[in-house]
Amino acid sequence: MAKLPNRTEMLDFDFSLPPEGWMDTKTEFKDGMFCHAVKPEKLETVGMPNAHKWSASDEDWGLPENWKEIILQGMADRLEKYRSFKLFMDVCVRCGACADKCHFYMGTGDPKNMPVLRAELLRSVYKRYFTRAGRMFGSLVGARDLTEDVIKEWWYYFYQCTECRRCSAFCPYGIDQAEITIMGRELLNLLGLNTDWIAGPVENCYMRGNHVGLTPPAILDNVEFMMDDLETVTGHHFEPSFNRKGAEILLVCPSGDLFAEPGTFTFMGYIMLLEHLGLDYTLSTYASEGGNFGFFTSNEMAKRLNSKIYAEAERLGVKWILGGECGHMWRLMQQYMDTWNGPADFLEQPVSPITGTVFENAASTKMVHMVEFTADLIYNKKIKLDPSRNDDWVVTFHDSCNTARGMGILEEPRYIIKNVCNHFYEMPDETIREKTLCCGSGSGLNAGENMELRMRGGFPRAEAVRSVVDRFGVNMVANICAIDRAAMPALMDYWNPGVGIVGTHELVGNALVLDENDHRTMNLRQEELPSARKEKEIADAVAAVNGPENGEGGAA
Amino acid sequence: MRIVGPIIAVCALAGIAWLGTGPLSLYTLFGVIIPYCAFAAFVVGFIIRILNWGRSAVPFRIPTTAGQEKSLPWIKQNKLDNPSSKAGVVGRMALEVLFFRSLFRNASTEKTEDGIAIGSAKWLWLFALIFHWSMLIIVLRHFRLFLDPIPAWITALEGLDGMFQIGLPVIYLTDLGIVAGITFLFIRRVVVPRIRYISQTIDYFPLVLLFGIALAGIIMRYFTKVDMSAVKELTLGLVRFTPQATVTEPIFYIHIFLVCCLLVYFPWSKLMHAGGIFLSPTRNMANNSRAVRHVNPWNYEVKKHTYEEYENENWEKMQALGLPLDYEHVKEEEPPAEAEAGAAEGAPEAANTEDSEG
Repeated sequence: MAKLPNRTEMLDFDFSLPPEGWMDTKTEFKDGMFCHAVKPEKLETVGMPNAHKWSASDEDWGLPENWKEIILQGMADRLEKYRSFKLFMDVCVRCGACADKCHFYMGTGDPKNMPVLRAELLRSVYKRYFTRAGRMFGSLVGARDLTEDVIKEWWYYFYQCTECRRCSAFCPYGIDQAEITIMGRELLNLLGLNTDWIAGPVENCYMRGNHVGLTPPAILDNVEFMMDDLETVTGHHFEPSFNRKGAEILLVCPSGDLFAEPGTFTFMGYIMLLEHLGLDYTLSTYASEGGNFGFFTSNEMAKRLNSKIYAEAERLGVKWILGGECGHMWRLMQQYMDTWNGPADFLEQPVSPITGTVFENAASTKMVHMVEFTADLIYNKKIKLDPSRNDDWVVTFHDSCNTARGMGILEEPRYIIKNVCNHFYEMPDETIREKTLCCGSGSGLNAGENMELRMRGGFPRAEAVRSVVDRFGVNMVANICAIDRAAMPALMDYWNPGVGIVGTHELVGNALVLDENDHRTMNLRQEELPSARKEKEIADAVAAVNGPENGEGGAA
Repeated sequence: MRIVGPIIAVCALAGIAWLGTGPLSLYTLFGVIIPYCAFAAFVVGFIIRILNWGRSAVPFRIPTTAGQEKSLPWIKQNKLDNPSSKAGVVGRMALEVLFFRSLFRNASTEKTEDGIAIGSAKWLWLFALIFHWSMLIIVLRHFRLFLDPIPAWITALEGLDGMFQIGLPVIYLTDLGIVAGITFLFIRRVVVPRIRYISQTIDYFPLVLLFGIALAGIIMRYFTKVDMSAVKELTLGLVRFTPQATVTEPIFYIHIFLVCCLLVYFPWSKLMHAGGIFLSPTRNMANNSRAVRHVNPWNYEVKKHTYEEYENENWEKMQALGLPLDYEHVKEEEPPAEAEAGAAEGAPEAANTEDSEG
């Protein structure tokens, strides 16, 4: 793995431009800026085409003989199937409004990371083969031939885009680089050119039900472990059920929440809340993933992975589905799932059993976001909260790209956080809500070998965090995204050491008062609560007055 | 060359018109035949492009949401930036088309020594708006040449446009606006390094062409003063299909020849953003796909890994855990379950899993 540059080295760039045009600049594969090439077995398991051994650093990528034909046919198909693709190829005027909106551009200064140029990488080929002007006038109208170097360039730069849609919010025609990257990656996948980091979770999710490849015993073990921890913290023992038929609600989470900190604390938060409410819900080992790395591969693969959720809801006979905190998972639940695998007419319109609220915005998909569910509980005063338990944390909220620009869940998490925390501060306006900056690791880029890319891509977000660290002493970034929870601890360690990452439902879990005897001394991370610390201090003070021999124990 | 080329090209086009109507006096060709052909090419080309886009499917409902979505009743929805109804979409599109809502968000990002700074940047929005509105009003004003009697709304528009009553003939604000707009957009492309880097010949050409048109028009109106009655006779004749090209000033023909070039060029160029914006799926769709199912016309069956297969592959493990089972276990000749037993202990893939994936 490439050595990670230090801060000074990382920031030693500017927005100056090379003298030669972008078409004449050959792609330089820089270590730390790209992921490993996919191993063929992973593609074979799920039946993806042209699986073969190759490496990005090789001169010869071992493309199939008719690779050009495959790409051009692939483009022709997709131009028919996606109006977005065709239109976005045609209407860009290169006004440049998007150019400096991309976090990868801001963090690398590489001009091909301007969304407009990332799109031109593909648009130039579109013009050459699909427009009369391009066939006739070539480079005069921005067209160029499709060569193996172009394929390599696509691969390098379409995997330097997190499909965050920030550029799309600023584009006067709504051109969405995410759509173009999605098409670009689909085309690359026709040639067997995925990354290993994406293909691995896809294979796992297809065969075992979740990205991290947890088998049923592993899932149950992990959950049991978490429930033991919860018992330590709260004194209550919870036993969530799995694959239980006849439950009212199926809970689907990103598998990251079952796997590693701090996601596991978020999962503990969900379970505490649902168990406390006495909800009739179950989890599934088969539909044990809400996220979908298939979406970073191809539309078809995404649909195949997503199909488990409705299938399992139907098999278990639940009434509706509740979904955990995850960014791209929720873009898909909102904008794709019902279209792919619906209609979900075997389910019922979701109604909160506690408040009676009918979730009208989920009338067709029948899936409710956990923060909608919890915000409704708090608004209707159905749960008792003690925000002082989160008093050690000065919190800010990082909107994840997908829930912000692919849904518009902006107020719900803020409402919750303000009810479960006493210290909440917003980052600058230009960096939150619909203008939120990506963590730099979305859309399957959260690998280890491309750490430099991730640190650069996440730099603008880290800068925004730094500004609230300096002004308000923020030490915790809340989110509703499993990729954030997985990827941002490393980002904060690099740019803002000492700042932690927390799922919104971990904050809820901490604040949730289970009953009148719920006097906790620890948060879900088993760190001492401020109240407990104070009690101890008082006890120490009392002990100090009473005599030194008693005081020692307390001070230890 | 990307910048000079278009300037030379537009000068050459103007030269052709001058040559054709000055020395050669081909008034009917430049005043009648070419305008008819150009107009037909524009209309047909425009329709072909729109139909062509329309032929492509819209498989998914993918609005870019730029505000709070419709959610719980007590949460205020941003109905224009994140519409959930047709009316909301119409509102969003109107804001987008008439006032460039998205461009209004524009900000500029600068790299500082140890960070980045995001600042306000409304100039592009302002000048783009001035340019497009000026152009629209100018086009509408030109309808006075094609209609007889002249409708009151055109007279009113002219009055408004010349409301400061400066100069004689009265200077139209839009004439100033279009020149200012084009100049800004052109200079920006030449001067701002980033924009210069992404600009192509086809980005400069329409700007130069429009500038040529505006310039010829301004010369005619304010300086050389063409014979307006002859012009109106020609333009009304064109509408009534009884055209008489009695105008003799080459500057007039330069003006309309450049307009003809624009009309022919328009449908096959980036200028089609004017039509395309109405079809943009990230803007013209309601964000209601959880409430109302969107149908993909080419949705097809895909290969899935069913629960039955999953249960069978994990049957022994699931039974040992006491998980409910649906099916009889079908044993394969060599059960692969044992080989994977290690994975059950904790984290498979741990070797390449630095962070977990979500």
